[in-house]
Amino acid sequence: MPKTLFEKIWDRHVVADLGGGFALVFVDRHVIPEITYNRFRELESKGLPLRHPELTFGVSDHTVPALWAALEKPDDRSNEFSRGMKAASLKYGFHHFDVDGPDQGISHIVAAEQGIALPGTTLACVDSHVCTVGALGGISWAFGGSEIVHVLATQTSILRKPKTMRISLEGAPAPGVTPKDLTLFTIGRVGAAGGLGCAVEFAGEAVRSMPMEGRFTLCNMAVELGASFATIAPDEAAFEYLKGRRFAPQGADWDAAIADWRELVSDPDAAFDRDVTIDVSGAAPQVTWGISPQDTIPIDGVVPDPADEPDVQKRRAMQAGLDHTGLRPGQKIEGTKIDFVFIGSCTNNRISDLREAAAVLRGRRIADGVTGWVVPGSLRIRAQAEEEGLARIFTEAGFNWGFPGCSMCGGQGNGFTERLKPGMRAVSTINRNLPGRQGPGSITHLASPPMAAAAAVAGRIADVRRLGG
Amino acid sequence: MAEPFTMLTGPAAPYLEENVATNVISVQRPHSAGPYKHPGDELFFGLRFDGDGNEIPDFVLNRPRYRDSRFLIAGANFGCASSREAAVTALSAFGIRCVVAPSVGDIFFNNCFKFGVLPVLLPEADVLSLAEEASSGETSGEFSADLLANLLTAPSGKTYPISLPEFRRTQLLEGLDEIALTMRNAGDIAAFHSAAAAERPYLYRLERPVSDIP
Ligand code: SF4
Repeated sequence: MPKTLFEKIWDRHVVADLGGGFALVFVDRHVIPEITYNRFRELESKGLPLRHPELTFGVSDHTVPALWAALEKPDDRSNEFSRGMKAASLKYGFHHFDVDGPDQGISHIVAAEQGIALPGTTLACVDSHVCTVGALGGISWAFGGSEIVHVLATQTSILRKPKTMRISLEGAPAPGVTPKDLTLFTIGRVGAAGGLGCAVEFAGEAVRSMPMEGRFTLCNMAVELGASFATIAPDEAAFEYLKGRRFAPQGADWDAAIADWRELVSDPDAAFDRDVTIDVSGAAPQVTWGISPQDTIPIDGVVPDPADEPDVQKRRAMQAGLDHTGLRPGQKIEGTKIDFVFIGSCTNNRISDLREAAAVLRGRRIADGVTGWVVPGSLRIRAQAEEEGLARIFTEAGFNWGFPGCSMCGGQGNGFTERLKPGMRAVSTINRNLPGRQGPGSITHLASPPMAAAAAVAGRIADVRRLGG
Repeated sequence: MAEPFTMLTGPAAPYLEENVATNVISVQRPHSAGPYKHPGDELFFGLRFDGDGNEIPDFVLNRPRYRDSRFLIAGANFGCASSREAAVTALSAFGIRCVVAPSVGDIFFNNCFKFGVLPVLLPEADVLSLAEEASSGETSGEFSADLLANLLTAPSGKTYPISLPEFRRTQLLEGLDEIALTMRNAGDIAAFHSAAAAERPYLYRLERPVSDIP
């Protein structure tokens, strides 16, 4: 029987069929952020051993400070959580990419950067955006905090076999349109529940020609379609990205791995439960106007009118979006005044994102009254950005140049101090614009790194293509 | 370990908003904000209370007839977005142990069983008619969920099937810890790992740092 890529990987990992569409699935790699270090106490109190320390990887991202300035002890970024995770890692003998090492960064960035996430493998993490690493051709899933203990103790997850969905992005994107724009454009078309519970495979010309880093951005936001999994058939770009990374197979193992991974494609006649094709050639840079990632419009567009929406539920949701963002139907989104710009999060803080943002900021200044933060995804990315002179461009433009962490993404960085104040309006490169995501009462507009940079310069939501010299 | 779930009776609150995210169901609060005044206050905190901590009288759970709700009749894709388990524990802290909806977030669905909350997925028309029953009349009638009989009964006497995978039903009925459930397959897990490591050794030969545990 022809199979989809997802089904091939799924079938390789089923430990037991639990009935009713559920299976016990083996976890090849488990990434665990420091904010959940207490789960090791739970494991201990249950009298259970860590089943596979070699498949367990600790990170420090959710709570660590991004800005030195905010620190009491400026040479020590550790906190209760990262110290707790470090203690657990020493006790149980697993790798922890902590703030005092060279490889610290955000879960899904580190998992890719260290070659922990691989094609054909399964990876689990408590953070919802673990779907990011599916871009390398494996499958990954998130779960609630208590399930961490389940994975620590059993190296498995109980999962429902999802429906499959293929989203093909066809056509060549216009100049100045980034993977983030294509991602927002896609969510706007498919809807925030359009991939509900599905295993999404991104395919099509625009995906195949997308660099690895853009593919991470695309897969990162699959959960914003309601999808439970995201994957992309691994190809030369994925192999190229992984080769030589620390935990990726080496030498003869690498050759054996590649030979296997080349087989990891959906069979030509495999059936998907849903198959959607989107023409992205007409997509402009996108920005959100409401409180769902599906509330996207082109930067030269106008805020939609709930009155035009026939469905009462949708109309109310749109109104709630406008009530929160304070925008009026029919108003141009361009020109909306902002207070803050955040370039960061596992959606958009890889080196390519920083390069694109810096290209806009070179020789420019952030507008008066606007605060800007750039928080790179890992210490490695940070070091590279400094080497390439990007950090200097950011600081000369008036941005704060941070250390890696989730920071303003969920408003929980540095013990919940890295967050927006009520009423503040931000353009952010993150993945969620739910009310209060970046701090209670704050407003978030999602956009790409260059669009965020353009907004910082203009002090308003701006079209990066028309910023002028 | 959750309380075993066999039978639940009580009022139902209708809240048909679609795509309600887990962090709206249970707001993430800074630790500095201290504990909530009453258990269950965390449920829909941002919608139930204003900035000064006063109740917003219009919100469904603040209306007298819905204060003791045991059921929530919800809209499509309830509990979507982040994996926050606190969304489920907030419901049960309030006293709601059954969510009826056309669909719920996948992670939310799985989280329900860990905390003894029963998710009942029904066609949209059924959900609407249950919501209708929950909001008609002077006071709210008694809904009941009988997990032994797999039946949800509305005040009118109209019944709806509860359909769950058998292992999930057992888990709720016995209030089973999920690890205990999986440990029954411990042999399968070990066998799987040896077979996988034999077939694709390059995926499982990972260096390990030194541990304090011998
Ligand atoms: S940056 Fe945001 S989405 Fe990414 S891991 Fe951190 S909190 Fe999660």
